[in-house]
Amino acid sequence: MIPELGHFALILALAVALVQGTLPLIGAARGDARLMALGSTAALTQALLVIVAFAALTQAYVTSDFSVANVVANSHSAKPLVYKISGVWGNHEGSMLLWALILAVFGAAVALFGANLPDTLRARVLAIQALIGMGFLAFLLFTSNPFERLSPAPADGNGLNPLLQDPGLAFHPPLLYLGYVGFSVTYAFAIAALLEGRVDPAWARWVRPWTLAAWCFLTLGIALGSWWAYYILGWGGFWFWDPVENASLMPWLAGTALLHSAIVVEKRDALKSWTVLLAILAFSLSLLGTFLVRSGVLTSVHAFAQDPARGLYILAFLLTVTGGGLALYAWRAPKLTSSGLFQPISREGALILNNLLLCTLAVTVLLGTLYPLFLDLLTGNKVSVGPPFFNATFVPLCAPLFAALCVGPFLGWKRAELWPALQQLRIAFFVAVVAAIVAAVAIDSRSTLAAVAFGFGVWLIMGSLVEFAGRLRLGRAPWSESLRRLRATPRASLGMTISHAALGVVVLGAVATGAWHLEVIETLKPGEKTRIAGYDVTLVRVDNVQGPNYVAERAILAVTVGGRPFTILEPERRLFTVQRRQVAETAIHSNGLRDLYAALGEGDRNTGWVVRLYLNPLAPWIWLGAALCAFGGFVSLSDRRLRIGAPSRRPAVQAAE
Amino acid sequence: MSRRLLFLLPLATLALMAGFFAWSLMAGRDPASIGSVMVGRPAPRLDLRALRDGDKPLTDAMLRTGKPTIVNFFASWCTPCLAEHPLFTRLAQRDGAVIIGVAWKNKPEEARAWLAKLGDPFLHAGQDFDGRTGLDWGLSGVPETYLIDGNGIVRFHFRGPITEKDVRDTVLPFLKGGKP
Repeated sequence: MIPELGHFALILALAVALVQGTLPLIGAARGDARLMALGSTAALTQALLVIVAFAALTQAYVTSDFSVANVVANSHSAKPLVYKISGVWGNHEGSMLLWALILAVFGAAVALFGANLPDTLRARVLAIQALIGMGFLAFLLFTSNPFERLSPAPADGNGLNPLLQDPGLAFHPPLLYLGYVGFSVTYAFAIAALLEGRVDPAWARWVRPWTLAAWCFLTLGIALGSWWAYYILGWGGFWFWDPVENASLMPWLAGTALLHSAIVVEKRDALKSWTVLLAILAFSLSLLGTFLVRSGVLTSVHAFAQDPARGLYILAFLLTVTGGGLALYAWRAPKLTSSGLFQPISREGALILNNLLLCTLAVTVLLGTLYPLFLDLLTGNKVSVGPPFFNATFVPLCAPLFAALCVGPFLGWKRAELWPALQQLRIAFFVAVVAAIVAAVAIDSRSTLAAVAFGFGVWLIMGSLVEFAGRLRLGRAPWSESLRRLRATPRASLGMTISHAALGVVVLGAVATGAWHLEVIETLKPGEKTRIAGYDVTLVRVDNVQGPNYVAERAILAVTVGGRPFTILEPERRLFTVQRRQVAETAIHSNGLRDLYAALGEGDRNTGWVVRLYLNPLAPWIWLGAALCAFGGFVSLSDRRLRIGAPSRRPAVQAAE
Repeated sequence: MSRRLLFLLPLATLALMAGFFAWSLMAGRDPASIGSVMVGRPAPRLDLRALRDGDKPLTDAMLRTGKPTIVNFFASWCTPCLAEHPLFTRLAQRDGAVIIGVAWKNKPEEARAWLAKLGDPFLHAGQDFDGRTGLDWGLSGVPETYLIDGNGIVRFHFRGPITEKDVRDTVLPFLKGGKP
């Protein structure tokens, strides 16, 4: 009964979305206030209905209702409760429902918090949001109904993909979708602005919080996915340039560019058509990622339900959304005129450089991801584009981006001098060079590139801190004065400093782990020991463990330093009985500065077990930095100027920052 | 007017990409299953060090013995390889199939330990540690399996693990007739 209720709510939601996607648009065109007001009511109703549908599916999973085909295919009564819940979105149908849910909730949020938007703009944004929602709801109802019944109901289910039965991956998709779907709001704002033929500083300020929120969630989602890959795949790496990872990186890069270009629109009333284009692209790239992952046109280590028929639907949807947006762009954007003139050496000049580099990075990832597909179709040759390509293209492109990143905030709007900015940064430059030299001499003299990259990480942190210290006049004014300035600092500036410095933290972690990790792979019998970087590791024994829905071999590795007990590592290799799949569960001892990482490979009592040990310097900093980066975004989001009611359509005040 | 064309550029790029995507979906191209440019062509070069100590290295001559031959790329770190392994063991023991194994991007000692544990169905076994031979063979991952006739022509190419059904419907008839 409850699954039918969910199904019915979904059908109603589609009907409501149809109303929300059409009537407010007509109202906005005719200036009919009643039709426009319908948008908000419909958005709230639609959100409520999709919440009901999602709750119904969750209920089916929690109670293990095996008369629902989706539950049978992806759940099992012996599964822990948290994975019964995460199983809801751990499959194609459920994840599409989660997508529709987030989309509807974002729409409702625009309706709730958009009281300060002009009526026509709000009506149009909500309508566009509903049209996107219609695509997903129709997709769900016509091709991927999660509420389909199965008769007779089997006694038990097939279980969730074992790789997904992990706390990291349980919450990775929702965060990622919050990011992807968040960009749908910026897309809707961009389309609405094109329809209105008007992009101005007020528009930029309304779009900014949505972009920021989406960007923060996407950052967290990507970080969580990378952390998961790090500890579950058992190879000590944290980024594999897999198509699925690339699919999430592209919208992130476009979103980061959008975040910065919107500032130029807000402050200088310029770069309008470019910003609108980025808003369309950020969401389009999110959809493109979904298409690539779900349609099966690319192979990936992430096995997702792949089905060409669904692929065709998503492609058609992608074409409608992106094609429609870009056609409207080609038609209306040439009319958007900018007022300001540009000096290359200025804050806006620096932000344009930032945009150029970020977009080049996004295009590089796109080409690297799609090249195997193009080549296969055109010549029949099969190639795989992996880390060597990206190391040779993506990484060098980051260098000018990082170099310029610290200089930008020192430049004033309109016109600035480069030399005084550089002079203020000389301490940061000096520290970075020293760090690079120390890295080259003391850690690894063979890899100059790694040392330079390490220097860049230090440069990012120091450059951001120096800028912040200068803002507070730290050391040059009395403490009380600095404290007063700290309190007066806008949250947006504070957020910028945090996020920029956090990027440096990520770079340090990635460089140190990537270039300077140590690796020992040995076959050990119980009682035998090996050594990695001063740690003596002894395989004490291997136990057979019975989990709720798996059996596992668990190795007990005793780690000693100079004969003294240091820690016990217990890596496991789990065999999920229902799916007959093995999953490695690594054991990591982290002290914040380095990870001691152990993974258990194949083996038995006679031949011994393969044990892989890694020492990853600064590895925790990668995820710590990414979380800090998102935190900076949230701090910026809490800025008073972005809060409800603050922005309104009046000439932008030139803020003195 | 050229300014207008500039604004059309994103749309044109999308159209181009969409064409490719539609093509790849329509072509029935499924990177995860049968269907390969290798089928019907002579098998690519095989020149690899032996996996097991004291064995002969792998050469092209091993593919042109007049007998149908199965070539299987595997790795000890690959879970689907584990699933298909018993089928190869049975093919070798019960059906007397000639199977050549190639350990792809796999440390030789790990591959040897894996075979020692699960049983070794391979008449010859080689190591392709850097994956270069896999590249020549158009490999997109492991496991992949090629059926090669007595003259060294590739007749079937399985991407992904072979199944009981594949053995019954394809591999066994191929071994009996030497032809698809």
